[in-house]
This record gives sequence, structure tokens and C-alpha cells, in this order.
Amino acid sequence: MMFKQIAIVAGLALALSAAAEAQTPRKGGTIRMTAPYGSSFTSMDIHTTQRAQDEIYAKALHRSLYIWNSVEGKPVLELAKEDIVSGGGLVHTFKLRDDAYFHHGRKMTADDIIWSYNRIMDGSKAYPGARFVRVIEGAAAVENGTAKEISGLKKIDDFTLEMKLTEKVDPGFYFFTALTSIYPADEAAKEGFLQKPIGLGPFKFVEHVPGSRVVLERWDKFYKPGKPYADKLIVSLMGEAAARDVAFRNKEIDTSVLGPAQYVAYQADPDLKGTIVEVAEVFTRYMGMNPAFKPFSDKRVRQAINHAIDTDLIIKKLVKGKAYRATSWLPLTSPFYDKTMKPYAFDPAKAKQLLADAGYPSGFEFEWTTSQNESWGLPIVEAIIPMLDKVGIKVKVKQVETAVLSEVIRKGDFQAYVYSQSTGPDPQAALKCFHSATPQSACNYMSFKNADFDKLIDEAGQTDDAAKRGQLLQKANALLYDEAPVWFFNYNKAVMAVQPWLKGIQLNATELTHQNVEDLWVDETSPAK
Amino acid sequence: MLAFLIRRILQTIPTVLAVVLVIFVLFSVVPGSIVSSMGDDGRGPTDPQVVERMKKQLGLDDPVYIRFGSYISRLATGDFGTSFRTREPVTTMIAKRMWPTLQLIFAAMTFAIAIGVPLGFIAALRPGGFVDTVSMVVAVSGLSMAKFWLGLLLMYLFALKLGWLPSFGYGDGGLKYLILPAVTLGVSPMALLARTTRAAVLEIMTADFVRTARSKGMSETRVVKWHVLRNALVIILTTIGLQFGALMGQAVVVEKLFSWPGIGSLLVDSVLQRDIPTVQGSILVVVLFFLAVNTLIDVAYAVIDPRIRYA
Repeated sequence: MMFKQIAIVAGLALALSAAAEAQTPRKGGTIRMTAPYGSSFTSMDIHTTQRAQDEIYAKALHRSLYIWNSVEGKPVLELAKEDIVSGGGLVHTFKLRDDAYFHHGRKMTADDIIWSYNRIMDGSKAYPGARFVRVIEGAAAVENGTAKEISGLKKIDDFTLEMKLTEKVDPGFYFFTALTSIYPADEAAKEGFLQKPIGLGPFKFVEHVPGSRVVLERWDKFYKPGKPYADKLIVSLMGEAAARDVAFRNKEIDTSVLGPAQYVAYQADPDLKGTIVEVAEVFTRYMGMNPAFKPFSDKRVRQAINHAIDTDLIIKKLVKGKAYRATSWLPLTSPFYDKTMKPYAFDPAKAKQLLADAGYPSGFEFEWTTSQNESWGLPIVEAIIPMLDKVGIKVKVKQVETAVLSEVIRKGDFQAYVYSQSTGPDPQAALKCFHSATPQSACNYMSFKNADFDKLIDEAGQTDDAAKRGQLLQKANALLYDEAPVWFFNYNKAVMAVQPWLKGIQLNATELTHQNVEDLWVDETSPAK
Repeated sequence: MLAFLIRRILQTIPTVLAVVLVIFVLFSVVPGSIVSSMGDDGRGPTDPQVVERMKKQLGLDDPVYIRFGSYISRLATGDFGTSFRTREPVTTMIAKRMWPTLQLIFAAMTFAIAIGVPLGFIAALRPGGFVDTVSMVVAVSGLSMAKFWLGLLLMYLFALKLGWLPSFGYGDGGLKYLILPAVTLGVSPMALLARTTRAAVLEIMTADFVRTARSKGMSETRVVKWHVLRNALVIILTTIGLQFGALMGQAVVVEKLFSWPGIGSLLVDSVLQRDIPTVQGSILVVVLFFLAVNTLIDVAYAVIDPRIRYA
């Protein structure tokens, strides 16, 4: 099912990618990727940072217990060969790889995983990956300082690890990001490790020029036979889209993330059109409405907002088609996306009627907090203002920085806001944000409360039947759509230009820039050979 | 001279303290924190428990005066603190980024001096002539062009169209990577230097002592060398000094555009992610650099013009 969805989304790009896969990969050469999200890499200690930017290099240098498989659209085992589930779905016994070597030559064992997870739970360091590892029994005790070791982790032997969870969840969704990378227990504690980090990934560390690039070279003892293909990987920081465009056209880089304006330009250019790959990433853009602000406590008002906005027009004209219309919360590439769902129709008359029914025949005024973001910020808000005005709703704009916006949202200090939020890959976690037991400061930003919704989520969390869980989550998603705590705007369409000589690009729905680099290769036409 | 230098160093202390205070207060009142910036790409909800722990660990819950006191006491021992973002000492981070910025600034100023001063000089010797007209058009254009736009223009021309130079990056620190960012950064001071030099030379050429020298039969070459050049240099040097300091701030745009790993891009990243210790440390270094350059310029005055004495 997942593959079909991605194929629909990716269209021609996937066909091109598949054609590339059919060729025999070439050994050697240099892959030159770009990190496009503006800032420098935060640190060479990937446990300290959850930024998309940092994971680009980290996926080459490090490995986690699981890895994201873009074809299957789900996390799969990486550092383990088998996961035996017992204890009512709470106990996982991992048969670890016995052929995974750290870059200094030592074999990875269960001790390294235990050490790494214990490190992440060090409460005095407040590592962001704690939110994932906390699902292991006894991890919270380590975080609080009441225990020294996570009790739910048990080494059976060097290559067998038992993990007892506190909730019945798929551990793949918790242990696939670089935040939970496995470090070598002995060396990682030493000073100097961060100047020359050692990982399990397909490429080993050579150089980090802060603010400029990371250079890595092939790790010959990588556990996947014949991989990686390339000799070298360079990840350059390139935050400016215009500069990236020049560098890409000048063949100095192999990948470049495109914004809406470039997306249009590249589509119109016959030489560049064929370089585009695109995927529906697991992010949903929306306007959140605070029910504590009286008009928004009425479902009819929230539905009226959804009917009053010509969403398709905004996606076409302002986002330049670089998005997919949202039909509820779960995105297109979610395993439980319901393709029968239809978006709210643009119907100002119905919106007016709903407002009148809710007791607001003359409309009302609200304050809309927004960032400057071109795809889901101020330009979008400005386009919507006259649409809402037509049904009597006035908008006062409050502009803040993106970093400030996330704080405003977490604190609930808003009447309405517009945002882009991760809604995957785990559909259960994405929908659980709307469970009444989830605090606003976590991700229930709209303080959503609905007993029927809670029941569906709770039941989904208890069942062992994957199909039943899917049905329950789809029902919850449909209920959310009807309750409309948000204006459903779009699902992000991530677009990347890829040079024709770079093969094996994966359409990663969690983040297109996060590539399993061992699968990439460059043919002989690459200028970097 | 030594007394002058000591006095100047002592004078910098209140300046530095004032800068530290202003920056500290400013970033204490602006909304947002390192903790809120952690979730600003919407990739995952910012974990409330991690947020609380981070705030405690970084002292963000403490009152401003406590944080300021702690910062000042650390600063007195030469400790700039630890970066909220990278968890590295700020001094280490600045040290890594200082050399690329200095390379860029020196290269930009070399370009500006090498082109701007002769251009202004030649223009002043033949006022109203072809060179004068061209140099002033160049100067006005150079001053009014936005660095971002100019940088893109140079990238497009010299990297994409001519293929002579790389369009971005630090590479191995070699000259070919330095040229485009340095020229982008150097065009504005070059234009300013051309205008300043022209104005200074024109003014000195009509001064009484120059007329006297000429009336005594001194050759034009000697007049220019001994009177005009020496007197103009004081003004040119002042402009160079001020521009050196200013370039440190202006390098921000150029460093971001060309992916140059300097202190300017470090500052931008740190401001956006509210990495306050790094912001404070970076600004402090920029200020100290500015003060140091100006002190050096004052010293150079005395060398060039013996009439200038420091009491």
C-alpha cells in the first residue's frame, strides 16, 4: 500500500529513480550533498540535536537500531537481524548484527546500545532523544536520577538484547532517527570524541569545517556487502536558495532542495526539469484555533473557516503547486491515510450559514500569530485575510520569529496560529497529540478534548491486530476532520533537484534530504569522478 | 606612546562592559529561547520534560540579574561560557571561526585599498577627466549595490558563465575560494576609499602649503609625494580603520551567501537559535576587534605624521 502511495505522489520521479536502480552501481567517486536549512550543523554529537539539518550528515556517520525504508514507507531493523516480541507486545528481544564494526575497528555489541541509551537518558544533559528512549521501562528513572541503568534493557549475550517497553508501540518509530544513534561505549566517553566522532555508518569522519561542510570517506568494513559505493561524501551547508541554484547549475553540487519559486523555474527549464524528485513528506500545514477563544470553541465556526478559505487557489498561486491539499491530519504518505477523504469545499455561503448558526451572523475578529515563512507563514495569511473578510471574519496579524512561534504554540498563548507540524511517520503518535491526556506543552496545541476520539486512540493503542488498529486510527482521523480543530491547509511536497549522475535517491517521506547514503552512487559523468 | 596605549586599553573596559550589558539585556527581553528554537522546524514536538531539564541546566529559569552576575564573573576570568547549541566552549567555537573571517576581511580590504586608493588618487589629479568620471560612477555604484545581489551577480558571472572560480564554500582555504566573497565584501569599502581619497587629495592640492611648495619650484612629483600623499594618508587611514571594523559586521551577509565558515555566519545562526552565550561572545570579539584596529590606526597616525603627538 505504501509503495503505491509513494508512486502516485512521486510520479515520474520514481520512474526515473527506478530506472537508475536498474543500472549497475559504480564504485568510487564523490557524492556532494547539500544541507539546505540555513544554519550550521549544531554539533558532531548527534545525540544533542533534533534538527533536520544535522541528520543529513549523521545518517552517513551513524546508525540506529532501526532505519527508515523509503520503499516500504516504514522503519525496518538495521542493527538487529530479528525482533522477537513477547510479554503481551511489551518485550522485544533483538538478535543483533554480529558484523557491525565501529569506525575504529571494534565490533558493536549489546553493551554499546545499552550505553548509548543510558547516555541519552542522562537527565543532567537533557538530550532531546530522551523522548524516544523514555518508552523503555526504567528509562525515566535514569533521567530523574533515581537509577543508574535503564532496568528495561538487558544484555542476554553480546549479540542479544532484551528491551521491555512501557507501552505497546512499534519500537521502530522510536529508534530510527539519528537522535538514538549507537555510539561506541568506551571511546564516546573520551574527550576528543566529538572532534573525531566514531560511528557505525557507511562513511567515516574526515573533517568538519564548522559553518561550511562535513567530509566523510568510505568505511570499508561496513556491514552491507559492497556498500557504500562512493569513496567520499561531502555535505555542504548552503542555506541560500539562490546560491544553491547557481552551484547546482554550475555542477558543483549533486543535490539541491527547491523552494516554490525555484520549483516553478526548474519545471519550466528543459535542462533542469528532469532533475526534479518530489515526495509528500509527513508534515501537515494548518491553522490551529484556540478553543479558549470563544468563537473557536464552536465546531461550526471552525468548520466555517475551512469552508471560507479557497485552499486550492492558495496552493496553486502562492505555494506554486509545491504542496498537496490536506484532507485531514494524517498525511498522504501515512500508512493509514484514507484516500476516500475529501477536503472541505470552498463555499463562502455555507461558511456564512455556519457562522450565523453559531451565533456570529456578523462574524468576529481574531488575532492570527504567524511567522514569515513563505510556504505557510505571512504571505499565506495575507492571502486569506480578504477571503475571511468576505464572510465577516476580521483578522489581526501578529508576526513572530519561527523560534518564538513554537514557544507561543507550546504555551497556548494564541487565538490562532499557522504552522507546519510533523504528522508522521507514526500515525498513532501523530493522532495521539489530540488525546485529551496529552498536555498542550507536548503537542496537543489546540487543547483538543473529545471522549470519542480518546476512546478510539486508546483502543488502537491496546490492540495487537494491525488491521484493526488501522481502522480505529482512520476513524479517529475522520472524527478530527469533522471536528476541525484546525484549518486543514496542505501536506508538504518536498522537492529536490538531483544531478543526473547521482543514482539511488530515495523518496524519504520523513525528510527528503535524509538519504541512506550507502545506496547512492555516481556514474562516470560526475564532475567529481 | 606606551602611556597612550595603556590608556586606550583601560578606556576599552567601560566600553566593553557597556556592550556586554546592552547585549545581555537585549537578549533577555526578546522573546524566544534556545529551548523554543529546538522545535522550530516542526519535526517533532518539543518534549516538555526535556524542555524543563534544559531550562534548569542552562539557568534560563534564573532571574536576569543572577544570570548577568554569573556571566560577568565568568567573563572576568576569560571564560565566555558554553554554547547552548553545541555544548562546546564559546571560545573554542569563536577561535575556529575567527581565522576564515580574518582572511575574508583582510582580502576584502586589500582589494579595496589596491583599487580604491589609486583610483581616487588618479581621479583627483585629473578632476573632471575620463578617469574621474568613471571612478566616481564605480564608487557610487559600489556604495549603493546590495552585497547579496552583488555576490549573486559575481557568482553567476565568474562561476556559472566563465567557469573561472568556485561559486561557494571554503574548500581547502585556497585563494580561488576567497576571491568572490572578498570582492563582494570589498566593493563597498573600495568605493568609499576612492571617494574619500579623491576628496582628500583635491582638498590638499589647493592648500596653502602645497601652493607654497610649488611657488618655491618643487617639482609636481615631489609635491605629490611629500605633501599631498603624506597628508592624504591620514584621512585614508582613518577610513581604512573604520571600514576594517565595519567589515566585521558586514561579513555576515557574504559569509551566509558563500557558505563561508566565519564568525558572521556563527553569529546569525546563534541569534536565530537564541544561543545567547555564543551571541554575546561573538559580538564581544567583533567589538574588541574594532577597538583594536582603531587603536592601531591612532598609532599609525603618529608614524605617518610626526606632528601628531599623544599626550
